[in-house]
Parts: sequence; C-alpha cells; structure tokens
Amino acid sequence: MKKTVGRLYLTLVLIFLYAPIATLMVLSFNSSKSRAHWGGFTFEWYLGLISNEEIMDAFRTTLILAFLSAFIATVLGTAACTGMQFMRRRYRSIIMGITNIPMLNADIVTGVSLMLLFIAARVSMGFTTVLLSHITFNIPYVILSVMPRYRELNKSTYEAALDLGAGPVYAFFKVVLPDLMGAVLSGFLMSFTMSLDDFIITHFTQGPGFDTLSTKIYSEVKKGINPEIYALSTIMFLAVLILLFFVNYRPHLDKENVKK
Amino acid sequence: MKKILYLLLLSLVLSASGCSGAASEDDENTLYIYNWGEYIDPDVLTMFTEETGIDIVYDEYETNEIMYPKIEAGAVNYDLVCPSDYMISKMIENDLLEEINFDNITDKDNIGKEYWEKSEEFDPGNKYSVPYVWGTVGILYNKTMVHEPVDSWGILWDEKYKDEILMQDSVRDAFMVAERYLGYSMNTTDEDELQASKKLLQAQKANVQAYVVDQVRDKMIGNEAALGVIYSGEAIYTQRENPDLEYVIPKEGTNVWIDSWVIPKNAKHKENAEKFINFLLKPRIAYMNFDYITYSTPNIPARALIEDEDIRKSPIAFPNLSDYDLEAYSYLGEDADRHLNDLWREVKSY
Amino acid sequence: MKDSRNSLVTAPYLLWSVGFIIIPLIMIIYYAFTGPDGSFTTRNVGDIIYFVNMKALMLSIALSLVSTCMCLLIAYPLALVLTQVVEKNSSLMALIFILPMWMNSLLRTFAWQNILERKGVLNGILVFLGLQPFYIINKPPAIILGMVYDFLPFMVLPIYNSVSEIDKDLINAARDLGAGSFQTLYRVIWPLSLPGVISGITMVFVPSLTTFVISDILGGGKILLIGNIIEQLFTQDSDWNAGAGLSVILMIFIVISMIITAKYDREDG
Repeated sequence: MKKTVGRLYLTLVLIFLYAPIATLMVLSFNSSKSRAHWGGFTFEWYLGLISNEEIMDAFRTTLILAFLSAFIATVLGTAACTGMQFMRRRYRSIIMGITNIPMLNADIVTGVSLMLLFIAARVSMGFTTVLLSHITFNIPYVILSVMPRYRELNKSTYEAALDLGAGPVYAFFKVVLPDLMGAVLSGFLMSFTMSLDDFIITHFTQGPGFDTLSTKIYSEVKKGINPEIYALSTIMFLAVLILLFFVNYRPHLDKENVKK
Repeated sequence: MKKILYLLLLSLVLSASGCSGAASEDDENTLYIYNWGEYIDPDVLTMFTEETGIDIVYDEYETNEIMYPKIEAGAVNYDLVCPSDYMISKMIENDLLEEINFDNITDKDNIGKEYWEKSEEFDPGNKYSVPYVWGTVGILYNKTMVHEPVDSWGILWDEKYKDEILMQDSVRDAFMVAERYLGYSMNTTDEDELQASKKLLQAQKANVQAYVVDQVRDKMIGNEAALGVIYSGEAIYTQRENPDLEYVIPKEGTNVWIDSWVIPKNAKHKENAEKFINFLLKPRIAYMNFDYITYSTPNIPARALIEDEDIRKSPIAFPNLSDYDLEAYSYLGEDADRHLNDLWREVKSY
Repeated sequence: MKDSRNSLVTAPYLLWSVGFIIIPLIMIIYYAFTGPDGSFTTRNVGDIIYFVNMKALMLSIALSLVSTCMCLLIAYPLALVLTQVVEKNSSLMALIFILPMWMNSLLRTFAWQNILERKGVLNGILVFLGLQPFYIINKPPAIILGMVYDFLPFMVLPIYNSVSEIDKDLINAARDLGAGSFQTLYRVIWPLSLPGVISGITMVFVPSLTTFVISDILGGGKILLIGNIIEQLFTQDSDWNAGAGLSVILMIFIVISMIITAKYDREDG
C-alpha cells in the first residue's frame, strides 16, 4: 500500500517535470510553424537545423564557452584548494567566504556587477567578457567540490613522496591529483552544466554578434521561436539521456559479468 | 589522459578564435549592424557580403528603449542602427550620432521627397539619417471574433474582449493609444494628461491578455487573441497568413513613424556602413526587403516594382496621409522620458 | 604549513576573486550610493519605498515564499519516497529528477507558456474532455508554477542527500522502541534532514526572489517583479544608479538568508 502511494506520487511528479519536455519534443515534429496548431508530422526542422548558421553558431559558442570556462575554472579552483591546504585556518575561511559570494548571490546582481566592471574598464563586450564571467561563477563549484575531498585526503602519501625525493610539483601530479580526480571531474562537470544553462549573467555581459543558445532562445521567445531550436534541444536532451543511462548501467553490467 | 585533454583544449581554443574571429580581429572588412527583429531579408545580407566582401555581424533588438543604452554605454561598437524618429532626435541631442557622408549615398534620390521632408522633423537638415521604412500604428482584429465595426481605440477598453486584447509592450506606443483616445497629443508632457492616460491604461489592464511586442504577430495569426495593437507593416504579412485579420487606423488618429539608418559616433567601419545604406537604396534590394518584411518602403522605384496592384495601392501599406489624423513622436527630453518610464512601470506593476 | 610558498598557487584565484567578485560588488555599492553626477546620495537605495518598487518587492517576496513552501511540500515526500520506497536504483531515480535540467531552462519555461496558453495544450485537453478551460497564464499562479518547476531540483537534491545519509539503524531503533511511522518521521528523520531542508530553502528562495526571466515568459508583461525592474533599469532606462540601488536592497535580503543558513549550519555541524 505504502509503496503504491509512493510510486503514484513519484509518477505524478515525473509527469510534472517531463510535461514541458514532452511538449517541446512534440513541437519539434510539428510541421506548422505556429505553436498553436498541429500541422502534421515532419522531420523538416531536424534537416534544416544543420544549415541554420545562426543556431549552429550559438550551439558551437555555447559548447566552447562551457568547455573553456569549466576547464579554466577547474584549473584555477583546484590550484586554489591546493594552496589553501598550506594556509592558516583564518585566511582559508576568508577565501571560502569570498568563494561563497557568487554561489549565494543572485545571478542578476552578479551579472549586473560584472557588466558595470567591464564597462568601467572599457573592455568591449563579447566572447571574452562572457568567458571571464562564466569562469567567475564556475570556480566556486569546483572549489566546493574539491575542498571536501582534500579534507579526507591522507597527507602522509604526499609527505612520503617528498621524503623519497620527489619535488612538490611532481609529487602533486603523481600522488595527490589521482586521488582528487573524482572531485575535480565532478567540479568540472558541474561547471560545464552551469555554464551551458546560464542565461542571466550572459545576458548582461554579452556583446554584438554573440549568442549562446540561452540568449538566442530568449530573443526568439520574444519574436516567435524557430522550431529548429526545439529540434536541437531534443537532440541534446536525448544525447545526455543516453549518455547518463550508459554511464549508469555500465557498472551493473560489469558486476553481472564478474558473477558469471 | 593529460595529452588528450591538452589536444582537446588546443583545438577548442583554435576553433573559438576562428568562430569569434570576426568579433575580435576587428578587421576592416566587417560591418556591425543593430536592427529591429525580423526587419530585413536575410538574403540581402548574403548578397551584400558576396558583392562587397564585407562580413556582417548582425544583431536585433525589440524596442528603441532596449537599443538606446547599448549605444549610449559605448561598450558595443555598432556601425549601423535603425532607430525610430523620436529616438534619432534623442541620439542627435546626446551627440551619439555621426554625420553621414552623403557623397557615398549616390542613390539617395530613390527615397521620395516627402519622406526626406518628414525626416527633417527629427533630423533637421537630413544630416544623420536615411529613411528605411515607415508606417502607422493601428488595431489588427480578427473578423471571426469581432463582429462590430472597429474604428476607435475605445474598443480596447470594451469588457466584451476581456483577455482577448494584446497591447504593445513599449512605453511610447502604449501611452500613444491612451493619449489619442483621450484626445491629447502623443507628445504631451502635461502632468494631468499623463496621469489621466496612466489611469486609463491601468483600467485597461484587466482586459489585456498580454503586453508583447513582436509576439502580437504570431498570436494574432494563431487566433489566440481578437484584437491587437500592431505596426502597419505587420498587417500585410499577418493577412497573408490568416485572411480573417483586418487592420484599421482608428478615427482618433495615430502615430506615423519612420525608422531610419544612422551611424553611431563610435562606429569603426563608417564607410562600410555607408556602402550598406546605399546598397539598401537600390530598387531591387528595397523591393526584396519590402516583400520579406512587408513594411512600407519610402523607396519610390522599389514601390513601382511591386507586381500585386492591391498591395502597391494598398491603403494599409501606403495610406494617403492626409486622410488620417497622424502625428509623429518627438523626443521629450531626459526628464520627461524618465517620468514616462516610471508611469509605464506603474501601469505594468501587478 | 611547512612550506608557505606552496600556498602561492592560491594566488591566481585570489587575484581573480578580487578582480571579478569583490571589485564588481564594490562598484554596485558605489553606483548605489552616488547620483548621476557622482555625488553621494541615498536616494537610489531609498527608491525602494516608491510605490511601484515596493509593490514589486512585496510581490516577489510573496511569490517566492509560496513557491519555496510548495517546493518543500513536493520535495520532502519525494525525497522520502526516493530513499525508502524505491530502494533499488534510487540514485538512478535521483538522476531522473536532475535530467530535465539538461534541457535549456528558458526553453522549458517557455514550454509552460505553450501548455498554459489560453489555446494551449492543457486547455486543448480539458476542452476535449468536456471540462472547463483553465486560465492562469499571465497571472501570479503561472509565475509560481514556473518557479516551482524551475527550482524544484534545487530542493530535491539537498534533501535527498541528507535523508539518504541517515543511518538506517536509527530508524529501525526508533521503530523498535515503539515509535509509529509518523513519530519516526517527526522525531528522527525530520531533525536529521534539517540541514538539507535549510540549504534547499535558500537555493530555491534566492533565485525565485530575484528572477526576471520567469515573470517575463509566463507573465505576459503584466507582472513586474523586483528582478524585472532592476533588469529594465539597466537595459532600457540606462539608469544604473537606480538599478544598483535596488540591487543593494536585494543583496540585503540575500545576506539575511545567508545568515539564517549559516546559523543552522553551525548548530548542526
């Protein structure tokens, strides 16, 4: 009984969460450009997608931006965590306090403050300003992911490596980093996702001729959306879905193989 | 592992510099255009690039009010912008525009004389702007939902059409409707008149389905509303898509506007911008644009190219200006602008 | 601590955070307390008492409180169901709740516009079934729905994390000592999951309070939240001083919610 109620509840929430996604997927096959009518089934938007320069450009920019910002944030963030291990507790907590600011602050305030900074510095808005902003809001995700792992880390392996004559840099890459890799990677992935989905901060720091998928969608929502956007999102969503299920099922398969 | 990451990063950096190259290199051969949404035939842009080798970076805005701060802040260097009349005079007043070198605009005579004269109202001496399109603001209604003659702004206050009305989400156009309905000038700065207009708009809010700009078009085509305030240029397009729609200019009078090309002070490719303006003046190009965006063109030879006589002589696209009580917006000054924005926010706040 | 030179690898981040976190915040505060001519004024921050701004702030607070409560009401039982009813693969189930976040959030919000529209999907189904159509689009309930939808995962995840970390033995012990399901929930599970609940609340409340996108897409321009006003002041009115003034007000609310969170964090940790 309890299980049935639980399952029912789960299903209801799932319907709520996936209803808009299903709607978008259905619209991606709607031959009528108007979202109010079903004009028949079509693959037109999927075929047209590749030749739609604007959307593909925005898509490429989004991916490059997400990758670069996540990568740089991961390097800076991991370095920061490493350095903080050698600091006094008081300084460390000051830095962690600063790190929390972009996490807890409203996106609109972060975006506006960066816009004011760039305008005051007379930097012309574009890819660079957006990249700088994305790195800024990504670093905290890396730090918050890597810091706890450092606390669990056994420091004696690092010290042993030093005693055995390894330089600190060599010891870090050979001994410490492999242990951190899981946390570093999840920090990277989190940053990547955040950058991919960000609209508000990009909205305030973007320049001419620059669009990510989010800003493109925002302007299209206002002037009538191009169904090719639905097609692209459907593809992206399915790709992630397949990837996640693959990653999730693989360990189970391995275990089963071992049993046999 | 590290090597793969490094290679991946390297290739991404390279492709990033490749794709944003146009923006960062600041090459002589580019042109930054900032235009209204859906306001040019994309083929025209391609043709221009093919003909001149100049790459175009193209962006769109939704209202004059969104465009202005971007130009004013100067963080963005656009070479060519297409604001409306009153915004042009604001930009001239605030010294944001560069004089156009008319020696490079060899085809300027394609624009009808009356439009150059009209331009003088906001650009005395025709120094800063070249007219692109013009039109009126009116009511678009769906004949299957509205069964009475529509000839007054007043119908937008009729409770019969509760939740069936779309209003323009831009300060001047929204206030214009109320001010004209009350018989005021659309350029009034009289506090009592402004307050009365604001109250009228607030009273209307319960009837309004949504305040939108470009969405009026799609929503009217999709039968999602009965009445919408819209620019005349959209009327022909929407009628093509949905024959039940009809456009009227209300008897209380309305706004007649011109959107013109201007070159901002901080433009880096002024000559390219002038080349582009001249390109747009070619009759065939102007005709292509008219056919695509269906906004009235001031280009006389282009109008002659329109094959469909109903459209060439359409009272919607090319109204006889003396038949209506028309008025253009003028720039009201910094303080009045701010005050109007505050009043508009009062209307929109829930 | 042996080698303080090692702490130098923090330096790039430190410089970065000063340049891109601290200085921008100082700039906001500077703009908030100066007039267009650069002289000191408290007018911009004081602007909040204007009727329109106050109303927008109050509406934002009201809507975000309601949506935070609704998120909690939906997410808490969900986290329990995920950890208790679905024993197998519950991490996979949790994944299914994060998955929607991989579709662009603007697009998902826009999809709700399609669903809720007067002639949208939902009303199409209702009319087809012979039921009354249902109009909430462009009204506050639509905004609340958008907020709950967009931010629900931020509530589910921390609660799920803290509930799943509760030692099963504790629950069994409570049962053995004669506590009923409700008593176990109220006396054991709830207090232990509190850190997750608190962080969920801040993670939903702050973005709901400050959003301008949801009200833009689902409000039809009829609903102004404080986020919309700030956005318009910056992008349309180019009145940065007034915009910064209201941003400072927002930051005060964020700081208050941070203090509350920190207080609970300390009590538990």
